[in-house]
Amino acid sequence: MKVSLKWLRDYVDVDLEPSALADCLTMAGLEVDAVEAAGPAFDQVVVARITSVRPHPQSEKLFLCEVTTGTESLPIVCGAPNTRSGDTVALARVGATIPGGFVIKSSRIRGEVSEGMLCSEEELGIGEDNTGIMVLSPDLTLGMDLKDALGLKDTVLDIGVTPNRADCLSIIGIAREVAAITGKTLRYPEIDVTENSEEIAGITSVSIMDPDLCPRYTARIIKNITIKPSPSWMRERLEAVGLRAINNIVDITNFVMMELGQPLHAFDYRFLEEGRIVVRRSREGEHFVSLDEKDRALRSDTLMICDGVKPVAIAGIMGGLNSEVKDDTSTILLESAYFHPPSIRRSSRWLGMGTDAAFRFERGIDPEGVVRALNRAAQLMAALGDGKVCRGSIDEYPRQIETAKDIPLRPKRVNEVLGIDIQAAEMVRILEKLEMTVSQSDDAHYLVTPPTFRVDITREIDLIEEIARIYGFNHIPVTMPGAAGMPAGENPEQILESALRFALTGMGYTEVITYSFINPVSAEQLGLKDDDPLRDFVIISNPLTEEQSVLRTSLVYNLLDVMNRNARVGCADLKMFEIGRVFFRRKEGELPEERACVGGLITGNRYDGSWHNKGVGADFYDLKGCLDALFADQKMQPLRFVADSSRPFLHPGRSSRILVGQETVGFIGEIHPDVLERMDLKNRAIVFQLDLETLRLFTKGKIDFREVSKFPASSRDMAFLVPVAMEGETLCRTGYEQHEVLLENVAIFDVYTGENLPEGMKSLGLRFEYRSTKRTLTEEEINVAHNRIVKTMVEATGAKIRGE
Amino acid sequence: MLKTLDELEKKVMLELPGATSEDALNELRTRYLGRKGVLTQMLRQISAVTAEERPLFGKRSNEIKESLSQAIDGALEKLKLSRKDDILLKETIDVTLPGRAVRIGHLHPITRVSQEICRIFARMGFNVVEGPEVETDYYNFEALNIPKDHPARDMQDTFYVEENIVLRTHTSPVQIRTMEKMKPPVRILSPGRVYRPDSDVSHTPMFHQIEGLMVDKGITFGDLKGTLTYFLKQIFGADILLRFRPSFFPFTEPSAEVDIKCVMCGGKGCRVCGQSGWLEILGSGMVDPAVFENVGYDPEEVTGFAFGLGVERIAMLKYGISDIRLFFENDWRFLEQF
Repeated sequence: MKVSLKWLRDYVDVDLEPSALADCLTMAGLEVDAVEAAGPAFDQVVVARITSVRPHPQSEKLFLCEVTTGTESLPIVCGAPNTRSGDTVALARVGATIPGGFVIKSSRIRGEVSEGMLCSEEELGIGEDNTGIMVLSPDLTLGMDLKDALGLKDTVLDIGVTPNRADCLSIIGIAREVAAITGKTLRYPEIDVTENSEEIAGITSVSIMDPDLCPRYTARIIKNITIKPSPSWMRERLEAVGLRAINNIVDITNFVMMELGQPLHAFDYRFLEEGRIVVRRSREGEHFVSLDEKDRALRSDTLMICDGVKPVAIAGIMGGLNSEVKDDTSTILLESAYFHPPSIRRSSRWLGMGTDAAFRFERGIDPEGVVRALNRAAQLMAALGDGKVCRGSIDEYPRQIETAKDIPLRPKRVNEVLGIDIQAAEMVRILEKLEMTVSQSDDAHYLVTPPTFRVDITREIDLIEEIARIYGFNHIPVTMPGAAGMPAGENPEQILESALRFALTGMGYTEVITYSFINPVSAEQLGLKDDDPLRDFVIISNPLTEEQSVLRTSLVYNLLDVMNRNARVGCADLKMFEIGRVFFRRKEGELPEERACVGGLITGNRYDGSWHNKGVGADFYDLKGCLDALFADQKMQPLRFVADSSRPFLHPGRSSRILVGQETVGFIGEIHPDVLERMDLKNRAIVFQLDLETLRLFTKGKIDFREVSKFPASSRDMAFLVPVAMEGETLCRTGYEQHEVLLENVAIFDVYTGENLPEGMKSLGLRFEYRSTKRTLTEEEINVAHNRIVKTMVEATGAKIRGE
Repeated sequence: MLKTLDELEKKVMLELPGATSEDALNELRTRYLGRKGVLTQMLRQISAVTAEERPLFGKRSNEIKESLSQAIDGALEKLKLSRKDDILLKETIDVTLPGRAVRIGHLHPITRVSQEICRIFARMGFNVVEGPEVETDYYNFEALNIPKDHPARDMQDTFYVEENIVLRTHTSPVQIRTMEKMKPPVRILSPGRVYRPDSDVSHTPMFHQIEGLMVDKGITFGDLKGTLTYFLKQIFGADILLRFRPSFFPFTEPSAEVDIKCVMCGGKGCRVCGQSGWLEILGSGMVDPAVFENVGYDPEEVTGFAFGLGVERIAMLKYGISDIRLFFENDWRFLEQF
């Protein structure tokens, strides 16, 4: 909320510099976001004196003046009838700006040089007088800036009022805080309505059909109004706080709203059919044109202000075009009411009409301030609009609005919660400064009744906050809580995530973090079939953009997206991973399934391009090797890669499911060339994704130590001829499965296809390592074991020994 | 005869420097000291030596044999060493050429800062707890004392999935879920992704928050100040100045914003701190009794405090990053700096 210091000073004396005041308010919970200079929209206008006046040779209406600023004398052409030598005047110098954005230039007027302009009140926007130039007090110092000379400068504080402080949405509210903080006295405006003899009861009536939404409605009738511009002091104040001045009546309702925090509305009485007010809910689908000239169909729960026949305002939000104050309006029905805050909020949200009035009503206005504001506005309408205020006011108050009374306060509790040690008397003093009524019920208990405008204070804790706020948070001592004696730190999920991050970065993979939401078009780009579970997107009903409208079901698209962005800036060799969740839609009303995953991608050259390495493209085995290391690091066994062409976004011949035991933990594979093409990616990429929850089930976390053998190993190499389609692991596994205790390891050390081999066959070179923990093996023993194993492998798989 | 021995010694010593290869030295040894060598031949002629001279001749010839043998051995040894030096010299490399790159991956700056924060709080006994990122309206709002149709809902714009299902706007729902499950004392920290529909240089629709909660008998606002002061001094340095400023959050009362003296301008006022000299760094407060009632804790029995901070904001201040969107663009040239 914007607060003009000039306006604020109408109610409280402020000795502090604006920045010091801003600090005080901020430290009391009214955060000042900005301190801005304000005032009339002119610049470089100074106090000057006319030293001579003579007629313009070419014009009867113009005068040639010599004007002094105290330091220099300037020729000015002026057309004002009151141009008189010796007068002190307002001079807009060359380069000055005046309201409307005009910049004063050196000019020739009918052949005569004019180095500036003498201004009227109206031209400077500080008054209505346009009959002639402003004549200033002769006591003013020549050359002084006019704003300084006339005290026109203002400072506006922009205060971020928190939603609980409805009472601070007015200048009086802020003044009250300033008074409480600085110890100054608050001056409420004097309200005194002079009524004439005509009784309001004979003119209008108010009936509230829905007292749950409108517990209080007050009104006055003001007749004989003259619609005209407001005086400059009012316009100045309204404009300083960001409101546009319109006419005296509209301005008065806005002024009182800003002054006291009570939104008001003025109806042109002649448009109220049957001359009366009915407060009721709208009918479903009922149409209404509000002051912004928009036609809206209403919902049945919107509270409306109606006349005897039709709606004339959306209660608490905006008036209707049909009863707007016009230039020829003469009788006003002035409304000041209290509306049920949640209902105003619902309507204003639904209608998309966040007006200043709605903003205040939905936060809760002072239920006992309704009449005061009504009278204040009536008083001003009489004073500034020549209005005659009819005798009496209507105050329909069918339902009591609850305000807090006698809130129990235990000083001991205050000290316990805040960690301070202050006397009850000090607490009472603070609360009384905030206009609360405090009585003592016994030694340990007080009863506190907050003022009715403090709708946020209903409980003891609210009082504790007030005491803390005024006592000063910075005066509360800094203490450390005692030890709780609980285990602390990472949980099992985080331990795994940290271990993965450690291992993956160690292997050269860089962590990325991407948005959880993605473009639903990704499903098409990844080539997902209609029934693919990866299409079970959680859909955001109010996304910022279509590209961020569903939650991801895999990390693959995001990783490819990162690859794409980097390719465009020339980074093609990438090794990346992300740890994050994927989301799957469940039944309506149920929270989606969330699964934490780790995903990775490698693309471009395996090694950096330097004098050591030729460009070798990274492939499936680079990423597989990384996963092997990752699993080994987590002591996870036995791990299996099973060819699996079921994922449409992966190359069907280069993709695999990853199993630990019988459980699938994820997949790895090269991105399908079609996907690369659809995403406009040039380079091949290999990706993996693992489900962390499943992974965690198989993470041993403990290390099974085995004795290291003191005896040497012997190896036997052998090449097998097998069909190209046979998986190397099938052959190795057959070897392992012989349960030969002497066989320590079987590994493929060579794969060969091509010349000298029969069509459709490949050669796999296997190395068998034999070792005992108890002794050095003899050639004889090794040969017996080796021959047995090889024989079984040949029989079981149909492999041929190469060279036999 | 003795004279002949001395001359022989001299001769060999003169020849020795000329033998520059292993072969030449071995040849020299064979020629003079070998079985058929000159010295051996001379010894065979001992019969020609007079009886008086004979012992001296024997002694002298042994001495010469020994000294010549040593001299040749020495020359051989020297030769070996110099050959090794030659090899080493030939093996010289250009040490200024770049090493074969070993690339260690980079942790995302958000992870780095998150981990640092979690470690600091772990030292104060805070346990990490996580919760769902898609939440019910109840856990995200209602249980936290933010009823429907309450203006406090304006404080956080929200992504909706259904009427009562939202992308969590803060990690505070984890507080509620935790307190529902466990009895006090509670000391938890909940880091994670949160979502709000907002996008500009200082907002992204997804960001990271870390929230903490401490509940026990006798926890005070002073304890809140102490805990957060310790934390901020750990993360920004012991010299950092901070202030606690009254504010409003529906789930805490009293509530405090914590500001630090601007790390960019030192409090003079700059673009980063919006000329105020202070930077809002976290929100905090004493847990509102209504929240305790919602989870079945007795607010007369226990008190507690909660706080929440944006990880991106801290990372931006720590590293001097001015555009929050950089965190999620994952530009390699950005990531490789961390």
